[in-house]
Amino acid sequence: MNRAPLLEVRNLTKHFPIQGGILGRSTAKVHAVNRISFAIDRGETVAIVGESGCGKSTVGKAILRLFDLTDGEVLLDGQRIDNLPTRTLRPLRRKVQVVFQDPFSSLNPRLRVRDILAEPIRNFGLATSARDLEKRLAALMEKVRLPVDSLGRWPHEFSGGQRQRIGIARALAAEPDLIICDEAVSALDVSVKAQIVNLLQDLQRDLGLALLFISHDLAIVEHIAQRIVVMYLGRIVEQADKRALFLSPSHPYTEALLSAVPVPDPTVVSRRIILNGDVPSPVKLPPGCFFHTRCPHAVARCRAEAPELLEIAPRQFSACHLRPAMALHAA
Amino acid sequence: MPVLEIENLQTHFRTADGINRAVDGLTLKIEPGQTLAVVGESGCGKSVTAMSVLRLLPDPPGRIAGSIRFMGRDLLAMSEAQMREIRGNEIAMIFQEPMTSLNPVLTVGWQISEAILLHQNLDKAAARSRAVEMLALVGIPEPERRVNDYPHQLSGGMRQRVMIATALACHPKLLIADEPTTALDVTVQAQILDLMRDLKQRVGAAIMLITHDLGVVAEVAEHVVVMYAGRKVEEAPVRELFGNPRHPYTRGLLGAVPRLGSSLNEAASQTRLAEIPGLVMSLKKRIEGCVFAGRCAQATDVCKRVSPALRLAADQHIVACHYVEVEEVRA
Repeated sequence: MNRAPLLEVRNLTKHFPIQGGILGRSTAKVHAVNRISFAIDRGETVAIVGESGCGKSTVGKAILRLFDLTDGEVLLDGQRIDNLPTRTLRPLRRKVQVVFQDPFSSLNPRLRVRDILAEPIRNFGLATSARDLEKRLAALMEKVRLPVDSLGRWPHEFSGGQRQRIGIARALAAEPDLIICDEAVSALDVSVKAQIVNLLQDLQRDLGLALLFISHDLAIVEHIAQRIVVMYLGRIVEQADKRALFLSPSHPYTEALLSAVPVPDPTVVSRRIILNGDVPSPVKLPPGCFFHTRCPHAVARCRAEAPELLEIAPRQFSACHLRPAMALHAA
Repeated sequence: MPVLEIENLQTHFRTADGINRAVDGLTLKIEPGQTLAVVGESGCGKSVTAMSVLRLLPDPPGRIAGSIRFMGRDLLAMSEAQMREIRGNEIAMIFQEPMTSLNPVLTVGWQISEAILLHQNLDKAAARSRAVEMLALVGIPEPERRVNDYPHQLSGGMRQRVMIATALACHPKLLIADEPTTALDVTVQAQILDLMRDLKQRVGAAIMLITHDLGVVAEVAEHVVVMYAGRKVEEAPVRELFGNPRHPYTRGLLGAVPRLGSSLNEAASQTRLAEIPGLVMSLKKRIEGCVFAGRCAQATDVCKRVSPALRLAADQHIVACHYVEVEEVRA
């Protein structure tokens, strides 16, 4: 068997130029993602969490090659895909599919459900005959638990949760190995959100799918992911398995993020770490550790020197000067 | 005397394909200084209730019937001029989206002063210094300088603080907050919730908090009304509601919320969320029986035929369900 992870991201960097002046010259850069690395195994769920503007969606789009990278590599099954010409990349696109946040704008309103789902099947030449196509369409509807006889209906005839099911069916139609869920349940109501989360988990188990779950909702992430990447201002501040991250978070930002989640239990007294101020601008990044402007523990070194992402416990990586790396512990 | 008393409120909209019964017979009251949460999913009528109190719904198509009494005065009988005296003065509102609810071409100081100049007998200089005072109250650093800023110069969290400052500028007796933290990031949400709790003690206004987030309810509210399909299905003090939910919908909702830490102790790597099957029914048909019957696992024949009355199930705990025992009343 292939030992390489299903997907590997190495030093991924994406900067967007800001054009200004009458000549439209690039005047500054938005440092959306700065040298991040992580991997996803077959059948695994990895979550990227962080607040608005931390670069988590940019990572998803970069993997999908919706734009070119500024620097770094993306490997699928051990093969670099970030530098492939479009023609060679095209068949590989089948393996990585996406479900977007807004089920109202991510389905073409002028296509019937049947045509929405048939498009990827035709694109990648998956159906052997017209009968096979019909069989596939019916099977997809069953997988996402929508009535097969609604294939002829239009997107506007469905509710938000049902549309998100159609979005998932469309992603499944290409028979992918990995689905990127970019805030796929964020726009849904509580009771519907639970339905979709359960559906994703069932599909993953039955089909052996890997998921990259991009979300700001930590409670959902804890529920669905095995491994978690925490991003802040385009960098990874912590990366760990679920239990380690939620039970013994090592980075001050992870701690604050976890403590900020409102607990649906009025008897719990909140021990909240309130962060001061706002996230700095990704155009003018602060020197040293990006988090030092809001960190309650910051010392002089944090303002001057950027911390490396180091393994502080087995499979737990943290970018903080105040957490000694594992090697130091052993010494 | 309660600050707000709503009795049998019916807010209906005439649409091309029938009457939409957005709010259908809602009764609630808010005592001075109390924080009442109105909780429910999209389309349950919670925002329409807020808009009805302030009479901000155009008629036609909106039609408000029933009674809304504010400090004993009937709001529905007032003239438009009388309502203008109340809006922004005695009843203030915080909207969800701080970007779209502030005027982008006016300074924040101007927007806070506007309400003060309209309703209080103060000159421009006094209104301006009150605006600075309000900005300091809501925790904006350097208020003397920030008072001249335009909304785009402020971050999302700061804008929401400005919204709160504007709302509190005339010392309202009732503050209606419609999803005040929904558009904010989790660490900023924590700041705003902290501010709201702090201000509640210092300002003493009664608050009607409209939200779908049970975590926010548990943290801020004292009393809770659960709405479903335009009707109140349950009402109780916050600890009683979370500790002892009676209505199948409330139970479903509480079960569907993922909680931090809930999936860490299970031997199995993944647990399932409790889901509420099905969808909210159309509000355009007159509902004969219980509004929740179509999605309720316990529903029987009587639920589909007879609308359950609101009954007292325990002290201050009201529920609309045929199958909730009420023997223990005042035991």
